[in-house]
Amino acid sequence: MSLDVAYAFDEFFRDETFVDDFTYRNSPAGIRRFPFPFDRDDYMYSVNMEPHVPGRKGSVFEKTFDVDEHYVSEMRDRARVLAKDPLRCQSLPHMTLAGWDLLELIMESKAREYPQWFSLEKNGNRWRWINRPLGIDQSFTFLDETTLPYGPMEYITRQTQGDFTLQDEREGTLWVDAGMVTTQADWSLDFDIGMNFHEWHAPVPLAHEKGIFDRALKFLLKLQHGAPVRRFNWTMTVNPLLDTAPETYPEWGYMRTTLNQENMGHMMHLRVELQALFRLPRSNAIAFSIRAYLGKFEELVTVPKWGRRLHRVVRDIHPDLAAYKGFLRNRDAMAEWLSRYDDGAPTSPGWWPED
Amino acid sequence: MSGGAKLDVRVAEVVKVNDLITRFRFVARDGGLLPAFSGGAHTVVEMDDHGTRRLNPYSLMSDPEDRTGYEISVRRDDAGRGGSLFMHRHVRPDMDMVLSHPVNLFPLDNRARKHLFIAGGIGITPFIAMMHQLARFGGRFELHYAARNPALCAYGDRLKAAHGDRVHLYHDELGEVLPLAALLARQPLGTHLYCCGPKGMLNWVRGTAAAAGWPDHAVHFEEFTAPGTGAPFTVDLASSGKTITVGATQSLLEAMEAAGVDAPYLCRGGACGQCETDVIRCDGKIDHRDHWLSPEDMAAGRKIMPCVSRFEGRALVIDR
Repeated sequence: MSLDVAYAFDEFFRDETFVDDFTYRNSPAGIRRFPFPFDRDDYMYSVNMEPHVPGRKGSVFEKTFDVDEHYVSEMRDRARVLAKDPLRCQSLPHMTLAGWDLLELIMESKAREYPQWFSLEKNGNRWRWINRPLGIDQSFTFLDETTLPYGPMEYITRQTQGDFTLQDEREGTLWVDAGMVTTQADWSLDFDIGMNFHEWHAPVPLAHEKGIFDRALKFLLKLQHGAPVRRFNWTMTVNPLLDTAPETYPEWGYMRTTLNQENMGHMMHLRVELQALFRLPRSNAIAFSIRAYLGKFEELVTVPKWGRRLHRVVRDIHPDLAAYKGFLRNRDAMAEWLSRYDDGAPTSPGWWPED
Repeated sequence: MSGGAKLDVRVAEVVKVNDLITRFRFVARDGGLLPAFSGGAHTVVEMDDHGTRRLNPYSLMSDPEDRTGYEISVRRDDAGRGGSLFMHRHVRPDMDMVLSHPVNLFPLDNRARKHLFIAGGIGITPFIAMMHQLARFGGRFELHYAARNPALCAYGDRLKAAHGDRVHLYHDELGEVLPLAALLARQPLGTHLYCCGPKGMLNWVRGTAAAAGWPDHAVHFEEFTAPGTGAPFTVDLASSGKTITVGATQSLLEAMEAAGVDAPYLCRGGACGQCETDVIRCDGKIDHRDHWLSPEDMAAGRKIMPCVSRFEGRALVIDR
């Protein structure tokens, strides 16, 4: 069996690419709902967690799992990456139950929140799942792996934007024992799988000294079913590459050396990760979703507040953070390009474009 | 709101199991499905005991895949603080109640090649849910369950009928002794040991497992305990600017809640760490009754777990 997909592009779902000719872009409405991550003019780490409850209508916080205009193209790109490198999706043997938990969470959420695109019919454990944008109509038995073309986590995350990891809880910490990772900011599931919370965060600078990971872990171990949380992270990506993996570094790393003031606006992207954490019911595992949004500099500066603020954040960021996020070599050029959109006027607090 | 997400339920069934134990079944008030859960999870039951708000944790014992209802068993404690007596005397079918979402502080390690369960008395309840879950997925397990006598060995016959040779029962009054040392000596590699029962049994299992060389990560205990009673004491709440008195059958957490202070909590049994509170000044002795703080933390006296711990002395000021 394999996943039988018929991509349905239409006036909403854009037909675009994240490699080669890079036709990805945001519509004007897509720019307005971009999750701009800076609520002030400077940036430092914080444990910026908040309850993952429905947010402002039309925003990326409105639904449990945001489905946007890039959905169909992103799923096609995930299939492309997996065909080249199947190790982007792995699940250790004890994590299958957590995979079913995740499948249930996503199917129930999408069918409830996007009935025009997804539906789920249940007759006991006999389920029928319909995904109209991807042309999927699948009947299967819940908790019976033999009735799906892939394991439950792989099956549902081939149909869901964003990367996912599943953390087992043991010995007072979390272990990253399963995941689907094809849209990552330069980290590797194949390298990290089986590591615990402090091990997989070891490369992050400055935060350990501040005790951030000790506090974050303590917080996560208390995460309750029914009360998911979310936070942001961000970095910079040259060209709209969803897949910036260590495994493919030779294919994309050099692109960072090709920037200049003429191409900066359409080549440099602010990459924002909307991360959400869910306690799963049957397995007691924690699902971590990492949803990447890419915004071109030239798109973001169409919002005057964002243009001013992005300039100030990039100009003033701690060099260790710029290095970790991979843009230290381009930082001055980025600040120079952005300075044209910063007239020095004050900015209002918060990240919304119109406030 | 403290305590996390809630479930609005209705009491569907109240069944007397034996002289001490009564079983309750809850269904969703809106007629829908409750969340599935993991074996070993508990729920916190909110009670309105004639104006006194009680929140007691109880292990879920029903099949975790049965989303039509949750079941708990409550052992009557005549000398306790009143929660179990309220459940036994006042909870009736068709009553509306509120439960927390399931929380698991006693989870299965799904990597285990075999799960070895040691239960004492009412400590059987989390294992019933675990066995449902393992039986469904083909997990290997063995239960050793000790009770005072056959009449008080709740669910013993039912478990024996469902799981046959995998269930072993021991009755103290018949002179039957759980052969713990021999049992621990002959388990296959990759076995995980789980124990839920009275404090004496937990200590016995902990000591025997350590003496037999079992690694800590393969030995699991259901630690949370009822808060217990004690002499009344007075506490200053620095952030709220209030001074409260904790009654003899009240916990510090309950006294704060009664005073209108919204303090964080989860398990209300000293195990989860959610209610950890900084001590600003302590002129006296904190009676630490939790399983959360390290011995060093307890000795330092700069933190307290208000859900179970008490105080004796002249003055206690906490950051709440």
